[in-house]
Amino acid sequence: MRIALFVTCLADTMFPQAAKATVLLLERLGHEVVFPPGQTCCGQMHINTGYQQQALPLIQRHVKTFQPYDVVVAPSGSCVGSVRHQHAMVASAAGDERLALRATAVAERTYELSELLIDVLKIEDVGAYFPHRVTYHPTCHSLRVLRVGDKPLRLLRNVRGIDLVELPAAEQCCGFGGTFALKNADTSTAMLADKMGHVLETGASVCTAGDASCLMHIGGGLSRLESGVRTLHLAEILAATS
Amino acid sequence: MSSRDVVLGRIRSALSGPSSVDVPRDYRPASGAVGSLELLVERLVDYKAVVHRSSAVAETVAGIVSGTLVVPPGIDRSWLPTAPLVDGDLPADRIAAADGVVTAAAVAIAETGTIVLDGSPDQGRRIISLLPDLHICVLRPAQIVEGVPDAVARLVPGRPLTWISGPSATSDIELNRVEGVHGPRNLHVIILEEQWS
Amino acid sequence: MTTFLGMPAPRGVGHLRGDESFPAAAKKALGNDQLRRNLNHATTTIRGKSGRVIAELPDWEQLRLAGSAIKADTMARLPELIEELESRVTAAGGVVHWAADANEANTIVTDLVRATGSPRVIKIKSMATQEIGLNEALEEAGIQPVETDLAELIVQLGKDQPSHILVPAIHRNRTEIRDIFLREMPGVDPALTDDPPVLAAAARRYLRETFLSTSVAVSGANFGIAETGTLAVVESEGNGRMCLTLPDTLITVMGIEKVLPTWRDLEVFLQLLPRSSTGERMNPYTSMWTGVVPGDGPQNFHLVLLDNGRTKVLADEVGRQALHCIRCSACLNVCPVYERTGGHAYGSVYPGPIGAILSPQLTGVEDNASLPYASSLCGACFDACPVRIDIPAILVHLRNQAPHPRSERVAMAAAAYTMDHPRLYEAAQHAAKLSRYAGKRLPPPLSGWTASRDLPEPPAETFRDWWEDR
Repeated sequence: MRIALFVTCLADTMFPQAAKATVLLLERLGHEVVFPPGQTCCGQMHINTGYQQQALPLIQRHVKTFQPYDVVVAPSGSCVGSVRHQHAMVASAAGDERLALRATAVAERTYELSELLIDVLKIEDVGAYFPHRVTYHPTCHSLRVLRVGDKPLRLLRNVRGIDLVELPAAEQCCGFGGTFALKNADTSTAMLADKMGHVLETGASVCTAGDASCLMHIGGGLSRLESGVRTLHLAEILAATS
Repeated sequence: MSSRDVVLGRIRSALSGPSSVDVPRDYRPASGAVGSLELLVERLVDYKAVVHRSSAVAETVAGIVSGTLVVPPGIDRSWLPTAPLVDGDLPADRIAAADGVVTAAAVAIAETGTIVLDGSPDQGRRIISLLPDLHICVLRPAQIVEGVPDAVARLVPGRPLTWISGPSATSDIELNRVEGVHGPRNLHVIILEEQWS
Repeated sequence: MTTFLGMPAPRGVGHLRGDESFPAAAKKALGNDQLRRNLNHATTTIRGKSGRVIAELPDWEQLRLAGSAIKADTMARLPELIEELESRVTAAGGVVHWAADANEANTIVTDLVRATGSPRVIKIKSMATQEIGLNEALEEAGIQPVETDLAELIVQLGKDQPSHILVPAIHRNRTEIRDIFLREMPGVDPALTDDPPVLAAAARRYLRETFLSTSVAVSGANFGIAETGTLAVVESEGNGRMCLTLPDTLITVMGIEKVLPTWRDLEVFLQLLPRSSTGERMNPYTSMWTGVVPGDGPQNFHLVLLDNGRTKVLADEVGRQALHCIRCSACLNVCPVYERTGGHAYGSVYPGPIGAILSPQLTGVEDNASLPYASSLCGACFDACPVRIDIPAILVHLRNQAPHPRSERVAMAAAAYTMDHPRLYEAAQHAAKLSRYAGKRLPPPLSGWTASRDLPEPPAETFRDWWEDR
């Protein structure tokens, strides 16, 4: 299958290893990955911070960039969530119904990685090998916006050598929330402290998730604590082989 | 312009969009069936009501309490072990001083462990089932319905209704349920058993 | 055509506006370890209870869909429904009053109490009367309001502010409550323990005489049925029954959005509300009355219909969903922000996620500009809401209306411009690498990040560099 990668601005700039892993994993599974030029950012940060007008050109750009492709994948639950639940809404609110329709069409073909693997490619065992103790944090937008359910866990359970341990209070937000982490830094930090406490309780050496943004937050906290626990994107574990 | 005109005018100006919305009622509807007695008993007990099943109500009442019992005027006198204090327009302090109150009920909901009083002659004024510290409610099995929709369908809206689920309680201290605040702290429900069963 | 923007709730009266921004108030609350422990314990308890009784119902999602649609239908037909309610209540012997705002409502109630000559009113917990600051208005008129709900009593005796819709004293644990009672409750047993049943019994003894000797009660209403003129109050302790039964005069203050079209609609809401709020299959007591019942209960009944900014909320097609709220407080109990900051940080009687969308709309967003941002948009509130209010979507909608700091506006415009120009974007990506040398602590506003989190090391090459070099 020919799959277009929506890399997301964060993964592109700060976490290319998550995006590279997505490419290598899909290629290993026999698919062709293309990288549509001209893509930048989905505009989620602008929308969620109250700048819908500024997000509008970014939505137009995104729709134009990805419109030619049948299947689009992004290694980010929250960016896919924005594409699926915000783009058409913002376009409509701006009175651009034509853009809203086109955005809806692109959204219908856009998948978060675990959705693509399980719902579209119908594969749960990707042949990965990762001999480490891992705990999985279901990010809020994967869980409650995209409703990916246990798809990431089903993929992880099939990884050879993995010691997958359940994260207590897993469904509670880590406290990232985009600009929430800056505007309400104290509350965000309090939420992060509890999330890190739960991660450390598991004794895992790796905390994984489907969103680089939440992992940047959790990983930044774990690094400050000098805890020795690493954060890795789900794609990086699924791409790992012996 | 009156405040009524102001508020209604504002509501009308504010509205845009559809003039009504269809309501999907795909939940379990009222069935008209008799509810499960066993479930009712389980749910009543779970919320700290004391349940009796009896064909000799007066004896059961006598076993629960001795002393003055206030009753509504239409109560079945055969349910009472001694001469009661019959309400008409009794003053509050006399009702409050009674050792208990005995009433019938209008309907009971098995799924929630709820009994509903509707002010009929055998249930009386709302005050009598409120001030005494003990409420004994006598229920006929045919009054039990399964869920809330059946109860709503059976009740008459114009009547003063009191839905009672267990004794007075509060969740105000650390969100734990604690029985016994202002209403009756003791709720006994006597479910009539037919003589021949 | 001009767009109706509505009248906000007036300033200077009531409790919809805080003294400081949410982040500033939250910072203080976060420093209170006892508060954090109390909130964590209480919200964890209620989430467990509520989850268990909701799981018992096979048709919970269908009930939510019905509840949501009934409320949407109510809003669409509000003028006819509210007039129908008025005529039914009047026909049943009640008197209906209309209050455009808090000041009018306070004047109406105060005048009604004055006319009875009673120096005191007993009150059932009511969000509407807290919102309008009725207690302060009554006190100013020389009338003593006595809160009879246990948690409200704890708040009133402790000279405190409510911090939760359902359990206003949620921020207090049993020991703190005992201390307040010992200090403030006249005639209390000095040997009072902190056992919850003992504390409840103390409240029973303290209020009994007041219930029996006060001739006027003030209540709110959970539901007002247009079809029948029936009003409903849902409660636990029996203080509501006392107030609705014993006095000669009952005054009910109800927001106009509390109307329901039909009697049958109660079959939905009486399943949704208790399971979402106290986590019970049914709350201990629900009272329903229609006007005046001769010989039973209050013989004078007044219903005050309150706007106070509600029509302003109604005018916003996206935001009006906030009026669907049935005040269950499930969204507070699942909110990770509320759980850590408590209710006072929101500065309004409506805290938590619902407060973050309701308060700014009632007052105008410029008066509560920080509240739409008091959320990580985690979405737990939507899943918990029994009437499916899309709180995250309304938060995002209100953020778009909120006044933005100038520096942020500039930064956001620059970011959007860069993101819309791939060459600039790539240049910015390479500039980001320079931050490798900027150290681990950044200047404001990014210092909010680096105060508790390290920044990731920018990678040696971006993804697109790698892709081009493949």
